[in-house]
Amino acid sequence: MTMDATRYDDGSITYPGHPRGPGGSEPIETIDLSEYTAEVVTWTTSTATPPGVREPNTLAIVEFEVAGETVRAIGQATTDDLETGDEVEPVHVDELREPGAGIREPESQSWDGYRFEPV
Amino acid sequence: MEPVAIIGASMTQFGQREGEWIQDLLAEAGIECLEDAGVDADDVDHLYVSNMASGEFEGQTGVPNALAHDLDAMPAYTQRVDQTSSSGGAGIYAAWQSVASGASEMTLLVGGEKMTHKTTGEATDVIASLTHPAEYKHGVTLPSFAGLTARHYLERFDAPRESLAKVAVKNHENGVDNPHAQFQKEIDMETALESPIVADPLRLYDFCPITDGSAALMLCPESVAEEYADEYAVITGIDGATDTHVVHEREDPTVMGGVVESGKGAYEMSGRGPDDIDVAELHDMFTILEFLQMEGLGFAEQGEAWKLVEEGYTERDTGDLPINTSGGLKSKGHPLGASGVAQGVEIYEQVVGEAGPRQVEADVGLCCNVGGFGNCVITTIMEAAQ
Repeated sequence: MTMDATRYDDGSITYPGHPRGPGGSEPIETIDLSEYTAEVVTWTTSTATPPGVREPNTLAIVEFEVAGETVRAIGQATTDDLETGDEVEPVHVDELREPGAGIREPESQSWDGYRFEPV
Repeated sequence: MEPVAIIGASMTQFGQREGEWIQDLLAEAGIECLEDAGVDADDVDHLYVSNMASGEFEGQTGVPNALAHDLDAMPAYTQRVDQTSSSGGAGIYAAWQSVASGASEMTLLVGGEKMTHKTTGEATDVIASLTHPAEYKHGVTLPSFAGLTARHYLERFDAPRESLAKVAVKNHENGVDNPHAQFQKEIDMETALESPIVADPLRLYDFCPITDGSAALMLCPESVAEEYADEYAVITGIDGATDTHVVHEREDPTVMGGVVESGKGAYEMSGRGPDDIDVAELHDMFTILEFLQMEGLGFAEQGEAWKLVEEGYTERDTGDLPINTSGGLKSKGHPLGASGVAQGVEIYEQVVGEAGPRQVEADVGLCCNVGGFGNCVITTIMEAAQ
């Protein structure tokens, strides 16, 4: 279980990865963000959630510092007791929402992932 | 390249249109637009339909051909334009291209969506299906992007929460004078600020409703326009642009690159700048988007749009730059594929002087239609024909 970000040949890192990175750079390796902590950039608690999603659903955009590069990620939080600037760590969850309950084809993507928990 | 004119416009009642489906709504706006422009259906060369998700919402695909048949517009070339919430603006761009290129001498654009038969959760999920798998699996929705961005904006620029409510209050007030708007009722600050939380810090009245409806525009070369209309509008600037699919990868969460780039392109093409715009329709799917577009289009410095709203700069009857005189998506409603076209209808009516009680002094108008959370954007500038 890993939370894979992608590093490109220009040194930049994105989560998720793409076939081409910023400026057309090429991917060279993956970096497991679950080994790092991050800082909350912003967060919200959504009370109107789609089928198969927990309600309420607290989400955060967080920022990791990896070898001098900044990389952001979005994900569910384990609590709504959050503040901007909080330090969080990724915690693995087998199923973030119920596959097949929404419109997307269940086989088209993975449904496990990481929630952010305040450290 | 010959200038492209708009010679007719129409818009159905927006709201809950029980028992009417996408084909009914498109046909209603299409017929009304043909009548408004005085154009026979068999004179239509190209017919574009802006629609995000008729297949997903009601299991009806192939709607452009269905509309051509319903209007008896065969053998017109047809094409569906899907660019999520900016399908309507993208339709204006496609229709403009068809005429500007010389491929069509008469292009009918009809945008529409049928949504209200779905629950809020189901409709939200259809719209959220535009997100990246890394976002979708967390239950990220468009309203949640708005909540995340609004919190960041308010904290970073020290903007009061009330400034967002003022956008809702203003646009509801404008919607009162729009007979086609879903909500034709004013709200006060207290109602907006005490409504239920949807994606905090945003509440119910920070969000547009789920809507059925359709709108249409008729485009032709300016040399042809004079045969049909004494008053018409000319599209003097138009451009479209994209930003990242994954929203959190943007360098600055308060800057919508698609707005900036499409605005830049439209200004450059028209030879106009932000100071030349007399009236604007911005994509206020969420109140925070009105701030971000005002800043991206150069009407305000970054982090300053809220101050202009507080000062009344964007009010319809007293402001220097009236924004969303139609009521905006907030009050008028947001039938996805129709919204960008309806923005164009409002700006057309404003510059040709047909906006009735909503009329402001306007020779130059702008509309900005946003898809996703700024993922795709179309900016259009229209001017009254001289």
